[in-house]
Amino acid sequence: MVYIFQQALNALQLGSIYALIALGYTMVYGILTMINFAHGDLFMIGAFFCFLIAVYLHLSFVPTLLLSMLGVAFLGVIIERLAYKPLRNAPRVSAIITALGVGLFLENFTLALSPYPQHIPPLLENTTWTLGTLSISSLQILVIVLSLVLMLLLDFIVQRTKAGMAMRAISWDKTIVPLMGVPVNKIISLTFAIGTGLGGSAGMMYGLAYPVIDPYMGIMVGWKAFISAVIGGIGNIRGAMIGGFILGAVEIMVAAFFPSTYRDFVAFTLLLILLIVRPYGILGKPQPQKV
Amino acid sequence: MPKLSTAYHKLLEQWHTLTGCKYFWPVFMVAGLLFCAAASTFEFLDLYLQLILIYVGINIILTVSLNLINGYMGEFSVGHAGFMAVGAYVASLLTVHVFPEAAANILFPLAILAGGVGAAFIGFLVAIPSFKTRGDYLAIVTLAFCMIVKSVLENIDAVGGPRGLLGMEKLTTLPWVFFWTALSVWVIRNLVYSNFGRGVLSIREDEIASDLMSVDTRQVKIIAFVVSSFFAGIAGGLFAHALQFINPRMFDIIKSTDILIMVYLGGIASISGSIIGAVIYTILLEILRPLGIWRMVLMPLMLVLLMIYRPRGIMGLKEARLFMPLSDFLTEKLWRQKKKEANDAST
Repeated sequence: MVYIFQQALNALQLGSIYALIALGYTMVYGILTMINFAHGDLFMIGAFFCFLIAVYLHLSFVPTLLLSMLGVAFLGVIIERLAYKPLRNAPRVSAIITALGVGLFLENFTLALSPYPQHIPPLLENTTWTLGTLSISSLQILVIVLSLVLMLLLDFIVQRTKAGMAMRAISWDKTIVPLMGVPVNKIISLTFAIGTGLGGSAGMMYGLAYPVIDPYMGIMVGWKAFISAVIGGIGNIRGAMIGGFILGAVEIMVAAFFPSTYRDFVAFTLLLILLIVRPYGILGKPQPQKV
Repeated sequence: MPKLSTAYHKLLEQWHTLTGCKYFWPVFMVAGLLFCAAASTFEFLDLYLQLILIYVGINIILTVSLNLINGYMGEFSVGHAGFMAVGAYVASLLTVHVFPEAAANILFPLAILAGGVGAAFIGFLVAIPSFKTRGDYLAIVTLAFCMIVKSVLENIDAVGGPRGLLGMEKLTTLPWVFFWTALSVWVIRNLVYSNFGRGVLSIREDEIASDLMSVDTRQVKIIAFVVSSFFAGIAGGLFAHALQFINPRMFDIIKSTDILIMVYLGGIASISGSIIGAVIYTILLEILRPLGIWRMVLMPLMLVLLMIYRPRGIMGLKEARLFMPLSDFLTEKLWRQKKKEANDAST
């Protein structure tokens, strides 16, 4: 029983990180119908920003979080402006290839600057409470609570504010909405900023929870987050959150009961089965093709 | 400069008469094979150059075969490295554990062929979900297959698990690479310009319309995936026996991205484009080797710039006269002329 509760905590921790990254994928997809394959690498950049700030500026937890989120958001907006905007009317495949290219660029650029894995110094005192055989670390609680707060904040922005309304409108219809006076470019930039900022925060939390960071860490985590977004129904924000927690739970369960090398195998098989049975995800709506 | 352009046109015309000649391809093939055989026996090309040429050939096979799915059929497959992995492992297991060592040299083509067939089987499995899912979702299906292949290979201890597989002899020689490259280009080129190839193109343009025009879209998809993965498997077998060492991590998403870059650099739906893309990419990576890690920064940057300023790649949707049947060439010429006339008339 205790063991299951322990694993559930681990699943929540991993799932909340996946969910935070998946949100970036799904927001960008919803508004541009484009898969931003560089998103996983922006997550990695977030972890590296956190490392740089913690090592050279010696700031405490909250300023580090805010600064690295801001930095990643800024980078995301710049990437959108320079690389994706010229391709907005090009065939969709070119945009995807560009995104792959940007991702590779970020990975290799970071690799060129920091060829060795780095270690993020602990920003917080990590206390571990033990209840019988169950051990809960404050870091774990922090990751889960912080991600939930960020997700609720995002949900509030998207559902209750004017900018959020504009985002939903653009993902609904791209031709009419600009005619209604919605500044499309600004809203797209804002979407990128929020999405990549969340990814950056996830990078920092991942870096604190699993302290060794390297330039290629974004690939696998990024793809897993992408799977979460697809499981929930890509383009659907609440779906991405649910998908993240589902994938986190599945992975932790597999690692708990099987050799942990089967994690990827099970995760991807799950994705495959889901895509064949329900290709539009859990919360997504099937889109009939018009002829 | 009118003089230069007329000289260029004359040269182009001569090139066309040369390549249009019915003996061009047989002579080219024999000459190429002889050159490769001579290069590898007398070693007038040093081993490093030979290795680069071998990689160029393998990359051409990979690019041309991926272009069948991504360029001609218009799907977005990102799992080509997975097929390559299957081919590499099947072929290596055969040469290392099954075939007698004395006969390894003679049985090598069989091993490569078996690798291709193994990969083709996986390709067949991937084709089944492609009936219903399309676009981004199919991309994810192919990616998932690639990851599953890698993950399975990492978990089978008999093939070395994450440590990889050793013990292959260096059986991939320049003449063999030339042979398989020529074969793959020949098969895919003929496939594309056959009746079946029209079906592939029609799926790219509009799947529902082509279904209504009685194209058997399922059959076309299966054949396209099977042929494409077959040649990816062959490339994998050659790759394994050129490097003499494989491990599952070599065939991950980064390798797939490499192949994608070559396809889109050369241009979609173009055999000549694929060849150009593979040659340029492989050689450029070698030339930039002194830059060390920074070349890996430069390459994606180049790709992004290419996509922004020339999204179709070098030869996108165009084909060199060399790879076109005469009738297609004439039709296209006529079509261009008519378009030009219409343009002139409107202005």
